[in-house]
Amino acid sequence: MSGTFTKSMARNIFYGGTVFFFLLFLALTYDTNQALPKRDNSQNLTPEVIAGKKIWETRNCIGCHTLLGEGAYFAPELGNVYVRRGPDFIKAWIQAQPTGAPGRRQMPQFHLSDKELDDLVAFLKYASEINTANWPPNIEG
Amino acid sequence: MQYKSQAVAKPYFVAAIGLFVGQIVFGLIMGLQYVVGDFLFPALPFNVARMVHTNLLIVWLLFGFMGAAYYMVPEESETELYSPKLAIGLFWIFLVAGALTILGYLFVPYATLAEMTGNDILATMGREFLEQPLLTKIGIVIVALGFLFNISMTMLKGRKTAISMVLLLGLWGLAIFFLFSFYNPHNLVKDKYYWWWVVHLWVEGVWELILGALLAFVLIKVTGVDREVIEKWLYVIITLTLVTGIIGTGHHYYWIGAPEYWQWWGSVFSALEPIPFFAMTVFAFNMVNRRRREHPNKAAVLWALGTGVMAFLGAGVWGFLHTLAPVNYYTHGSQITAAHGHMAFYGAYVMVVLTLISYAMPILRGRAANSPRAQVLEMWSFWLMTIAMVFITLFLTAAGILQVWLQRISTAPLSFMATQDQISLFYWLREISGVIFLIGLVIYLISFFVKGESRVGAQ
Ligand code: HEC
Ligand code: HEM
Ligand code: HEM
Ligand SMILES: [Fe+2]
Repeated sequence: MSGTFTKSMARNIFYGGTVFFFLLFLALTYDTNQALPKRDNSQNLTPEVIAGKKIWETRNCIGCHTLLGEGAYFAPELGNVYVRRGPDFIKAWIQAQPTGAPGRRQMPQFHLSDKELDDLVAFLKYASEINTANWPPNIEG
Repeated sequence: MQYKSQAVAKPYFVAAIGLFVGQIVFGLIMGLQYVVGDFLFPALPFNVARMVHTNLLIVWLLFGFMGAAYYMVPEESETELYSPKLAIGLFWIFLVAGALTILGYLFVPYATLAEMTGNDILATMGREFLEQPLLTKIGIVIVALGFLFNISMTMLKGRKTAISMVLLLGLWGLAIFFLFSFYNPHNLVKDKYYWWWVVHLWVEGVWELILGALLAFVLIKVTGVDREVIEKWLYVIITLTLVTGIIGTGHHYYWIGAPEYWQWWGSVFSALEPIPFFAMTVFAFNMVNRRRREHPNKAAVLWALGTGVMAFLGAGVWGFLHTLAPVNYYTHGSQITAAHGHMAFYGAYVMVVLTLISYAMPILRGRAANSPRAQVLEMWSFWLMTIAMVFITLFLTAAGILQVWLQRISTAPLSFMATQDQISLFYWLREISGVIFLIGLVIYLISFFVKGESRVGAQ
């Protein structure tokens, strides 16, 4: 920080550096969007999946669970639950909540209709087929 | 106080501290639910407590940032605030909207809340940290715009310093990136990709500008070091922040379906993100060592130095711990993440807001510094909360390492729930540390009410 390095030089480097790296980020984002269809399973975004995502969101499942590793760490990962448990287990599980086992972590009863359960399962199936570079490391999530 | 209108900062600080208490209470409830799973169930399910905990955190930090700006900008610009009335009006709007939202979380089923508040028109709810109803999100944008208008107009009519420019840039960035919370595509990968434009580009981008500006302001005031020197440091730090942190967003794109080149971009750039945090620590200690005056407010100096150290530990060290893709493959979404999230948020943003409150609140109450007795109490609360947070982080890290080992690495992996049973000891220890944190917070509150001779009058 000697006398030759002035505040206005520091400021110019700040603005220049920020603009440069932000533009680079936008370029990478553009490229990502081009490449996504090969990985993101968007060909399977059916009306059921879309409805299922909305049920997922409006019940705040993410407040206890992770989905592809993001969310809360209180309850099992659900990005691969379709593979781990299969559709029938998932529906039966959701209908059977809460377990009421004393001292055990509880999941609420959401009173979902059959149609809503099917949509939710469709969403979880779609999520499980996204190419996540082999994450999670094993089936337990 | 140099300008009368700075006084509008006071209600903002009071509200911030009040909501902070609420945040911690809900944190402790969740900490107990981790080990006594049916505690308060079904009256208060874990996810509801979590929304309240994290949303209160964000809202009180925003109150803190706004209060800080209302305090700092008139002094930096050497002019009265453009409109103190607007500032007070927005304060009440924000407080009432915030309180209604929290009450909604607590007393209305989330799906019903979504229906009542227009989620069917534009679905934005149900994503981590962005759980707020559409109406609340719109309210936040309106308050932010009114606030930015007020602050920008004040700056335009007065002196333009580097500190207030950087602060303003950070605050505008905060508002602009929040707009991505309205974008919720059906495509889950895109949803997650742009979700991080709010979350990551906030805490590892524009909020760091606010952090730097607040710290620089307090350091000028308490050390009397030449503004030129401090502002040059500030520019260097925020350059490092954005040069590393923008592309560093890639450390969240490893496993969500984005192209795999992000493992390289994310690892390389985010591995450099600790540098600006390190620079900030060096900066704070350097300025205090070169101080030209002994400021009577010792507590504020302690908070400022503490911010540097704890932000570096929480964001820099604990961030680096799990940021490289091969490590993150195992730690992603584990208790390691929670450990880092806690220390980073506390060390950087909680502490910098408390630094500013510590410096400004006595002046707002008509004295340069609190009485030595009140300061001693405040410093006790500093150590209790900070050490408690270090232990919370250490216990969660231990829990995280065991979790990763038992559930993801071992040759006979346990299920998630079986793993949680194995590591419950560490959750109990975390909860005990949390109680110590709460005690520290109570002492902090008490320090505001301790009387005693203050040696120096108002400036
Ligand atoms: C209040 C917290 C909470 C919320 C909200 C919640 N869950 Fe759960 N969920 C749990 C807990 C805890 C378990 C594990 C319980 C056990 O093993 O006894 C669980 C388990 C599951 C399982 C079984 C996972 C497995 O691998 O066996 C599925 C499937 C599931 N939840 C789906 C959902 C869906 C879908 C939603 C949203 C509609 C949801 N959960 C909301 C707490 C929650
Ligand atoms: C003092 C006692 C505290 C306790 C017992 C506590 C407990 C918790 C718990 C149990 C969670 C949920 C973890 C999960 O998703 O499973 C959580 C989340 C969180 N808490 Fe706290 N907390 C405390 C204090 C704080 C403080 C002071 C801060 C801010 C500095 C904070 C910030 C957060 C954040 C940011 C999250 C979300 C974390 C993530 O998604 O990784 N908490 N807390
Ligand atoms: C003050 C600054 C920071 C804050 C407040 C902060 C906070 C957080 C929070 C709350 C999360 C959890 C998000 C979620 O719920 O999914 C998180 C995740 C993460 N942070 Fe930070 N962070 C900061 C800086 C850093 C830095 C500098 C690094 C890297 C050196 C870093 C690396 C990470 C990584 C890799 C994750 C993802 C964890 C996972 O895969 O589960 N963070 N951060
Ligand atoms: Fe990040």
